[in-house]
Amino acid sequence: MASITIQSITKTFGTVPVLNDIDLSIADGEFVVLVGPSGCGKSTLLRMIAGLEDITAGEIRIDDRRINEVAPKDRDIAMVFQSYALYPHMTVADNMSYSLKLRKTAREKITDAIGAAAGKLGLDPLLERRPKALSGGQRQRVAMGRAIVRHPKAFLFDEPLSNLDARLREQMRAEIKRLHKSIGATSVYVTHDQIEAMTLADRIVAMHGGIIQQVGNPLDLYDRPANLFVAGFIGSPAMNFVEGHCRAGAIETDDGSKIAVPDGVHLKDGQAVTVGVRPEHVRIVAGPEAGSYAARVDLVEPTGFGTIVHVRLLGQDLKIYTLERGAAEVGQPLHIALDGARLHIFDRETTNRIG
Amino acid sequence: MQKIATRLEPWLYSAPVLILIVAIMLVPLALGVSYAFRDIRLLNPFSGAFVGFKHFRELAGDGAFRGALVNTLWWTFSSVILQFLFGLILALLLNRPFKGRALAQALCFLPWAVPSFLSGLDWAWMFNPVVGPIPHWLYALGILSEPSNILSDPETAMWGPIVANVWWGIPFFAITMLAALQAIPKDLYEAAEIDGAGPIERFRSITVPFLAPTMAISILLRTVWIANFADLIIVMTNGGPADRTQIVASYIFTQAFRRLDFGYASAIALVLLVLLLAYSMLIVVLRQTMLTRH
Amino acid sequence: MTRKRIVLTVLHRLAVLAYVAFALFPLFWLLKVSVTPTSLLYTEGIRLWPSQASLEHYRFVLTHSSFPTFFLNSTIVSGATAVIVTIVASLAGYAMSRFVFRGKYWIVGLLLLTQMFPLVMLIAPMFKMLSPLGLTNSLTGLVIVYVAFNVPFATFLMQSFFDGIPKDLEDAAMIDGATRFTAFRQIVLPLTLPGIAATLGFVFTAAWSELLFALMLISGNQATTFPVGLLSFVSKFSVDFGQMMAAGVLALIPACLFFLLIQRYLVQGLTAGAVKG
Repeated sequence: MASITIQSITKTFGTVPVLNDIDLSIADGEFVVLVGPSGCGKSTLLRMIAGLEDITAGEIRIDDRRINEVAPKDRDIAMVFQSYALYPHMTVADNMSYSLKLRKTAREKITDAIGAAAGKLGLDPLLERRPKALSGGQRQRVAMGRAIVRHPKAFLFDEPLSNLDARLREQMRAEIKRLHKSIGATSVYVTHDQIEAMTLADRIVAMHGGIIQQVGNPLDLYDRPANLFVAGFIGSPAMNFVEGHCRAGAIETDDGSKIAVPDGVHLKDGQAVTVGVRPEHVRIVAGPEAGSYAARVDLVEPTGFGTIVHVRLLGQDLKIYTLERGAAEVGQPLHIALDGARLHIFDRETTNRIG
Repeated sequence: MQKIATRLEPWLYSAPVLILIVAIMLVPLALGVSYAFRDIRLLNPFSGAFVGFKHFRELAGDGAFRGALVNTLWWTFSSVILQFLFGLILALLLNRPFKGRALAQALCFLPWAVPSFLSGLDWAWMFNPVVGPIPHWLYALGILSEPSNILSDPETAMWGPIVANVWWGIPFFAITMLAALQAIPKDLYEAAEIDGAGPIERFRSITVPFLAPTMAISILLRTVWIANFADLIIVMTNGGPADRTQIVASYIFTQAFRRLDFGYASAIALVLLVLLLAYSMLIVVLRQTMLTRH
Repeated sequence: MTRKRIVLTVLHRLAVLAYVAFALFPLFWLLKVSVTPTSLLYTEGIRLWPSQASLEHYRFVLTHSSFPTFFLNSTIVSGATAVIVTIVASLAGYAMSRFVFRGKYWIVGLLLLTQMFPLVMLIAPMFKMLSPLGLTNSLTGLVIVYVAFNVPFATFLMQSFFDGIPKDLEDAAMIDGATRFTAFRQIVLPLTLPGIAATLGFVFTAAWSELLFALMLISGNQATTFPVGLLSFVSKFSVDFGQMMAAGVLALIPACLFFLLIQRYLVQGLTAGAVKG
């Protein structure tokens, strides 16, 4: 097990900057998820930790050893790829033992290690098969098995669940979490799926445009997103954003409606802000009350457990998430209220959180 | 250290090929260019002197060479066009699934495996009215007034090697075109069919644009290759009758091998090289301007 | 509609059949001449099959001529050329496929240039270069020349096969503890076996067929290859076409066998290349 320290890492492909001055330290045994949209640099950062991309500037250390110049094979890390990257011409057992054979591990030890890993992952009946004869989920398991037989210093995961169907993905997600609990190895996990990030991470690193936007535990990011990007990226259905200006102690939206400024938030008069409110923090109320808005239902999306109701309000498409079935029908007028304590206010110019 | 090693890695992998090409192709090429300006005759130990542009002046007045230039154009373009057309048709025929396709494909591609000189001998034999069937067929079809050997008639002799070349070269185009056809995503055709495009429209709007890059590059490479390809002519007609099938490449071979005049042969080869490079440049430039216009 | 479809299908099969006939007829003729006894060669010259077939030409070629030697020479030269080219082209093709490096475009340009110029131009200088080294009139000299000629195309061919193999596999192997070269040998090469077969077969066939350089560089019987040997039938006093064709059929066998085995991989390899552009 080991800690990973990333210091002022910069990466450019030719003249195109991909990562800009990244700092991050990952503690021993921690599960860190790098999340962001495609092209944000998360995979590049992971591949730099693995040694598959060279480092333009900065330093990466595993424990206290600088590894910038260390070849991937000497870094003692394991990686699970999105494509699984199983060796097609080798059996499952050979796939799992390849790294041990390269390290000239004694034969009995290899057998033991494979037996243990196969047991953990339920691969025993598949050991003599080739990858071609496995289902997607089984391949995924073999890829995991190949990583854990080695007892590496750290595990790297590059979107390992993206090629699975929804149900299997959920199942494997839980399995990865369980595995991490039992092994406790330092893990860096890259995904574009914010649910995976939320469920798996000890700490989430949200990235965008080659820059770290926010680092924190999952609920922190959900409750107090540091900027508009994180607010919009984390949470599903996504947060509603309403643009407005501060006028006379309240926020006046572009269509003239007013939103009360939450307690403890200080705005300058005339300041351009974006108000964020999660769909689950918008309530449908029985009748007009203080601070409620009248609106007409535009669209209803039942998700089974809850319902997403779209209304035209405050000059845009506002989503409401409600657990009450049949709360609204298309075309129906209704009144809604925002949960004042759970509003997120962002400066529109800097996009940073004000309160 | 690690950085230098990574920087060097691709060169280590390419080194054997580079060394081979430089030592065995570029050095002789440079030598060949220099021979064009020297008097080099194999059996004459006193030869080797620098003669400047003497060979080129001789070349300018060499009627056989001028004839060979015209023949080269004739030989190259008829061969390429026919090979390409039939190759494309064959690829289209083989691109749709049918029972026995694998076997048909293997058999249709087989001529490519036949050594070129052997196909030359074979076709020369078949064109001979005493031992070959072709003159009799042509006579029966009314194309020939009597079953004679087209290879010995100066007017028709060139068609002999061209037919042999087409037979031998169709598989090259068929293989490249078939590969390109199989790389076209099938759902494009389905989408076009749903949109109401008929087979001809589908061919015009999907197949042709997808094949165009492969067509362009394979025609370019093949043109150059065939212009340099002298085996069939040397075996079938040896340039005759009356030099009517002599192309530049076979002329070079005749000068070098039969007359052992390496200097003169190199001068001709240099002219051919320049012409071919000019042709390639022209095609590349044309393609570039067409691309920018679109 | 169904009627039209039937007509089209019939036309398609007929066209394929016509092509197969066109491709095979000259080979059939070769075979026919080779089994026609000398006495009937001219009298039954244009019959589709001689009234009396015999293997006398084959017997003669195999027992009374130098053809077994030529056969052996050609096998050695083509086999050695194919193996060396495939090894060398695999390395370079791998570099072309996997590395981005300055100079790559120069290498590609150089390889393309070698496809451009008239190889006949090299005959004279090659002869001058090889004879002081004692490499004219030797199989080694021929192998060296053929290797150089075939390496550029083989490199492109191998590159397109490597392009079809996911990079993740080597990445995984390198993380598993392999050097790049180990990953190349143990992971990438085994997966490229069809490509290697195609390249071997392609180069073997090309070397097996080469005439002009063999004609120029070889002048003694002991190093003569098949093509040159065949031509020597023509320049000899009496041209025995039956024997020549029998030798020709024998020469065809290995080339055709190789080709039939690999032609499907050739299409595959070019497809992989075509997808990448």
